[in-house]
Amino acid sequence: MPSFVIVEKCDGCKALDKTACQYICPNDLMVLEPEQKKAFNQEPEQCWECYNCVKICPVQAIEVRHYADIMPLGSSTIPMRSSNDITWTIKFRNQKTIKRFKFPVRTTPEGSIDCFKGKELPKLEDLKKPGFFTAPARTE
Amino acid sequence: MALEREFCKWSFCAKPAVETVETDLLLVGGGMACTGAAVEAAAYGKVTGLKVTLVDKAALDRSGAVAMGLSAINTYVGAENPVNDYVKYVRTDLMGIIREDLVHSLGCHVDLSVHDFQEWGLPIWQKDAENHTVDGQVARDEGLPMLKDGGKCCRSGRWQCMINGESYKVIVAEAAKNALGMENIYERVFIVKLLTDKNNSNRVCGAVGFSVREHKTYVFKCKAMIVACGGVVNVFRPRSVGEGQGRAWYPVWNAGSTYAMPAEIGAKMVLMENRFVPARFKDGYGPVGAWFLFFKAQATNAYGEDYMARNWEQVKKEYPGYADAPGTCLRNHAAMIEMREGRGPIMMHTDKAMQKLAEVLSKKELKHLEAEAWEDFLDMSISAACLWASMNMEPDKVPSEIIPSEPYLLGSHAGCAGLWVSGPAKNYLGAPDDWFWGYDRMTTVEGLFTAGDGVGASGHKFSSGSHAEGRMAAKAAIAFILDHKDDKLEAAQDIDEVIAEIYLPFEIYEKYKNYTSAPDINPNYLMPKHVQTRLQKLMDEYVAGCATMYMTNKPMLEEGLKRLTWLKEDAQRLAAADLHELMRAWEQYHRILAGEAHLRHILFREESRYPGYYYRADFLAIDDSKWKVFTISQYDKDTNEWKFETKPYVQLVK
Ligand SMILES: Cc1cc2nc3c(=O)[nH]c(=O)nc-3n(C[C@H](O)[C@H](O)[C@H](O)COP(=O)(O)OP(=O)(O)OC[C@H]3O[C@@H](n4cnc5c(N)ncnc54)[C@H](O)[C@@H]3O)c2cc1C
Ligand code: SF4
Ligand code: SF4
Repeated sequence: MPSFVIVEKCDGCKALDKTACQYICPNDLMVLEPEQKKAFNQEPEQCWECYNCVKICPVQAIEVRHYADIMPLGSSTIPMRSSNDITWTIKFRNQKTIKRFKFPVRTTPEGSIDCFKGKELPKLEDLKKPGFFTAPARTE
Repeated sequence: MALEREFCKWSFCAKPAVETVETDLLLVGGGMACTGAAVEAAAYGKVTGLKVTLVDKAALDRSGAVAMGLSAINTYVGAENPVNDYVKYVRTDLMGIIREDLVHSLGCHVDLSVHDFQEWGLPIWQKDAENHTVDGQVARDEGLPMLKDGGKCCRSGRWQCMINGESYKVIVAEAAKNALGMENIYERVFIVKLLTDKNNSNRVCGAVGFSVREHKTYVFKCKAMIVACGGVVNVFRPRSVGEGQGRAWYPVWNAGSTYAMPAEIGAKMVLMENRFVPARFKDGYGPVGAWFLFFKAQATNAYGEDYMARNWEQVKKEYPGYADAPGTCLRNHAAMIEMREGRGPIMMHTDKAMQKLAEVLSKKELKHLEAEAWEDFLDMSISAACLWASMNMEPDKVPSEIIPSEPYLLGSHAGCAGLWVSGPAKNYLGAPDDWFWGYDRMTTVEGLFTAGDGVGASGHKFSSGSHAEGRMAAKAAIAFILDHKDDKLEAAQDIDEVIAEIYLPFEIYEKYKNYTSAPDINPNYLMPKHVQTRLQKLMDEYVAGCATMYMTNKPMLEEGLKRLTWLKEDAQRLAAADLHELMRAWEQYHRILAGEAHLRHILFREESRYPGYYYRADFLAIDDSKWKVFTISQYDKDTNEWKFETKPYVQLVK
């Protein structure tokens, strides 16, 4: 199900040198149309529907129209991701059934991970022994 | 070859800028394995002063198979399970042939990565004092002990634990980035080829790739390297057509670079005949594991019959000794019998399972359960949730169809294709002498390591195991560098020629594009899309894809090989109009080599070792007398020939 960009909402990430959707897409699909400064999916049939462009767009301009070869029209699945949780709103094709779910995404502040904090640096003589610098391996 | 070979003389396309990066350890790929390698190598980098550099074709935050997130950590051994049992489980699932030294040593390390994930902020579901399941945030809020301190995770199966994993990749990427420093990370650079040393053709010394964002080549020079670019997707024609083709089960962007690039410099591969055919919720590829293990749902044929029970006597007769504790492929096999005999579709009875649970659960618990069922999809295969919505399906009311998908080649999930690597130590658990050649997870090319999907004969590592294996490989690679301090390395390849070859698709396109009125249709070249379609079609039809219900035989494989050989020649006429297509062009090239290895291995192994993944119709049985062996291949790029050998499987864990 390829992502699509709502023309009215996309502001081209305000002409920054890289747009958020282009930065994140793991398959290099999102590009900015140079004249209108609107993003679009350049190869919809290679879209994994991973929703990363949808989640990252600062103005919620990206949604997903589910794969035309598989899915009937009319439903929508829309995430809102904050720094510690994600809320999904799922509307069925019948337009009546609506599901809402909220899940945590991380328990620490964004950017705070320091894998060396509170750990001793490894000793060179341990290099060829089992285990990682954070803890020894099981032996059995 | 039909058309004369072209060379890039920069007559039609401009030369790119070239940036040369000198480093000690180069990590190619930025998925679970390389983000693991990054933290461990950074730690040893601090004490040795060695420089570590990582290069990824995408953005580290969301690259690789975990880009979308995951809803479970599939390998967590836990204090309650002996590592030997983990080895036995992997052995059973992979039909008796695994490298037990690799699997066992992985089992001893994997939990350490999981403990770090939890510390870094990954919400892992836990059991509280009353044995109630709580999600990862609640577990922290309630101050439950961390797993490393004896806290209990919530298991969906013996080896799995459930997570709120939307940001799994963001978290491991953040750890890697902060450990290495962004100045040592190159994103959006696609690595095409590896370099070898002038004085030792069996020694890696660098890699060449190009930026997908600007007209620029990167030449990395290094003392050792870990290549972990994931498995191979889209080498077979997918079941989806048109728009849906991108919705493969494994991520479309993993294009076989892990196998193709090392193979081109002579690294040996093992069990490349193995593949994974996941049975998943149809079209959306939603995971089934939690439904079987956690919700205890049953799958049946169209008429409500348990297909395992129905076919089990037959399966036992067909594959004696292997059906008692059936691996994933044999469970597929039972479903395939139903499909072939016209009793499909196969249905997963989510409705019955949830109704049964409703009998014993409170309203609140039930609501939580429903959220869990949806989260399983929303965390790692969102389209499966979309599919339910688009077809007005509520899992507690109606069953859902499951189906075996197109084949995938990989070494970390429920498959074991990959590179032949050294074990962790001499005679580890009594391993034969020739399973160890100095450095853990080093391929047969000196200085070239791999992990995750790259390591063959050792599946079921999954996300956590791939991360841990990256760390194991990183330590060994650092040790290798320190032991070879005085080596003077110089690339055997002429760098200018390599660069010219990489940009040849531009030159070809520019040279010929005006010959026809529609640039995509031109007798002088093929666009990446054309090559992909041709590869997928021939693999599907001749190499046991969905088209033949996973059946093949010698004449079919030989026909397939003939066509593949033409395709490989024609791939020298790949054309690309922009950087995005240039990446697609080289992805196709990597896919072709991985596909060729797969085909040749299936041709070599004259038995059906993995029924339910593929069948040699001319050798339908499992023949332990002749084929309980590792099949090992080596490609010689200069002569374009493949050599095969076998090594006996040896059981280390009784
Ligand atoms: C749908 C799905 C469900 C899964 N479910 C689970 C689960 O529930 N639990 C679990 O534990 N595991 C699960 N896994 C498995 C897990 O994701 C993999 O085992 C793991 O990601 C493999 O790690 P890797 O580093 O080998 O490859 P990846 O993580 O895929 O990383 C590959 C990396 O290589 C980069 N790359 C590729 N080619 C090039 C190139 N030529 N140049 C530069 N960079 C390149 C990619 O951008 C990426 O960064 C699942 C995977 C999928 C796809
Ligand atoms: S991230 Fe959103 S606003 Fe920015 S370019 Fe993409 S669609 Fe437009
Ligand atoms: S959904 Fe994923 S694959 Fe598709 S365009 Fe967005 S980021 Fe790329």
